[in-house]
Amino acid sequence: MAAPVSGMAGSTSTGNATSFQKKPRRKLVSIPGTRPSVQNGQLLVSSGVSSLDYVIGGGLAVGTLLLVEEDRYDSYSHMLLRYFLAEGVVCGHELFLASARDHPDEIVQELPSPIVDDVAGMKISEGQSQPSDPENPDTMKIAWRYQNQPRVQTPDQSSVSQNSCRNVKGVDPTGPLNEDERQAVSLRRSPLPVPYHALLKSIQTVIRKEGFDGSTPQSKVRNVLRLGLHSLGSVLWGDDVCCKDNPAHCHALTTFLYALRGLLRTSLSVAMVTVPSHLIQNRAVMGRIIRLSDTAIALESFRGSEKETNPLYKDYHGLLHVRQLPRLNCLSCEVPDTKDLAFKLKRKQFTIEVLIITDGEQ
Amino acid sequence: MFPELNSILNSTPDSFKSSDFILVSDRRADASFLIHHYLSFYLRAGCKVCFLGLVQSFSHYSAVSQRLGVSLAQAREKGQLVFLEGLKDSVGVLLQEDTSQETQPLSYVRSPGAGLEGLFRFVECSMRQSGDGDAGESWGPPVLLIDDLSVLLSLGVSVGAILDFTLYCQATMCSELQGNMVILVRCEEEDADDVDEEGSNLLQRGLVHQCNLALHVEGLPTGYCRDIHGQMEVWWRQRGENIYNQRKIFHFKVHDKGASFFARGTSSAVL
Repeated sequence: MAAPVSGMAGSTSTGNATSFQKKPRRKLVSIPGTRPSVQNGQLLVSSGVSSLDYVIGGGLAVGTLLLVEEDRYDSYSHMLLRYFLAEGVVCGHELFLASARDHPDEIVQELPSPIVDDVAGMKISEGQSQPSDPENPDTMKIAWRYQNQPRVQTPDQSSVSQNSCRNVKGVDPTGPLNEDERQAVSLRRSPLPVPYHALLKSIQTVIRKEGFDGSTPQSKVRNVLRLGLHSLGSVLWGDDVCCKDNPAHCHALTTFLYALRGLLRTSLSVAMVTVPSHLIQNRAVMGRIIRLSDTAIALESFRGSEKETNPLYKDYHGLLHVRQLPRLNCLSCEVPDTKDLAFKLKRKQFTIEVLIITDGEQ
Repeated sequence: MFPELNSILNSTPDSFKSSDFILVSDRRADASFLIHHYLSFYLRAGCKVCFLGLVQSFSHYSAVSQRLGVSLAQAREKGQLVFLEGLKDSVGVLLQEDTSQETQPLSYVRSPGAGLEGLFRFVECSMRQSGDGDAGESWGPPVLLIDDLSVLLSLGVSVGAILDFTLYCQATMCSELQGNMVILVRCEEEDADDVDEEGSNLLQRGLVHQCNLALHVEGLPTGYCRDIHGQMEVWWRQRGENIYNQRKIFHFKVHDKGASFFARGTSSAVL
């Protein structure tokens, strides 16, 4: 039995009351959709695909940059981007989307809707239908074994787009720059080509205006900004690093990524950038791009290659290579068990697994 | 500071060689843990340190140094550490909002073709102020730490300009001020058929000829291993009149609070 602690308010023991007093809980500001990492206390957000979170060490750290090397036809990398944005919608984060190929509004319309894991809800509905006539043909009785399985929803356009249109800032670099911007950029001879410069400027403006860097007063609830930048480095962004061996703008993309990472470090934001690396001829540039980002993964899909019909890979749709994992505020980094990872897409669920090559069955 | 590395290199915070140029390089690995080692080593030795943090923020180095037992914030306040916040300040310079005198060291971001003179002036200025300590406290020999130099190549600075910069720094720091210099350079894969004219390999080769000690970190040649994070080659090069030219390879493993180095084949996972 503990000795009564003197000096604590209201700690006079009365019979069974313990002398231990619960400390008044300090108000911890927690941002929705984030959680601290178990390894080093970094604030993590989910990338939208839980198996990808596991592979990169629990999730994406706030303030870092995830680089995704696109697969050949940009199908799976585009899907990862959409999952990333959809996760942001579900968590209530602000989204910033930039794409040179598709209009950002179109991408937002096609975001996948969340898988509803509503077990409690279902139990209640089952319970309510019991008192009614069990032979009522209108209440569909789900087979008992599947009662508690979460339902997978088909993409529901209206609910997702409603939520997201509120807080998505889309940037379309093919849209007309206003005249002052264009003049201002050309006069000062920026090392970045115009689309990258405009993109960086608009990201900085959003961060400042909405206060993600802490510049606005505390009245607003703190939130995380998710940046999705599609296909940087492609010709549509005015960059020729993908189409020439000795590009004129060989430092444009690397300078942009360097500055972007500087912006991310000073604000509560996380960015996912996809790059068509299979088009970049110069391997040295690709190495630099990887080192300028924090986490880097590459997707290699089997579609169109001879691996598609290879019986060893029949369960999978492609390989996932983890190029780089970040060391954030600590000496060591997440060291994965194995580097042989493969992904597959089954019924709208993207999973990443360790590649297991089984003996060819007869 | 890693005690095992100190014994390999035969140096302690109380007795280390001066006028030393140490080159840390890596290829497809991450040698930044060695920079953290040298940062805490020289701060413990009481030297005045000028740190050019071009790829990470101050809080990152501060958090790691905390675990190694050194407080960067305190050192900065006392004037022992001069930290250039390259990553965070470069955004303002790039978007051309800050044209004040304070951003002169980062002028290479705005105009990479013009060279690194602004950066060198910053280094020289902060190192020559060594008599200006708090309450007349004088620090030990000045040390310049750069993390990392090859990012300047990504920003468009030419290899020649970077080599000029290091030459100026070496002349000032090592010869004139009898201080030390530690530079990190990250290299890419050697492409056999591709002559890399403007590459980090060229930069690394140029620097290796200027340095006294070269630490090169790579992955294991036999492939990925969870318990051994890579191999480090120590190359003792010339020292004044003596040319040592001795090389040794060690395996290492990086922990949360340090790194352990061991001879090849003696990892605890294997024995």
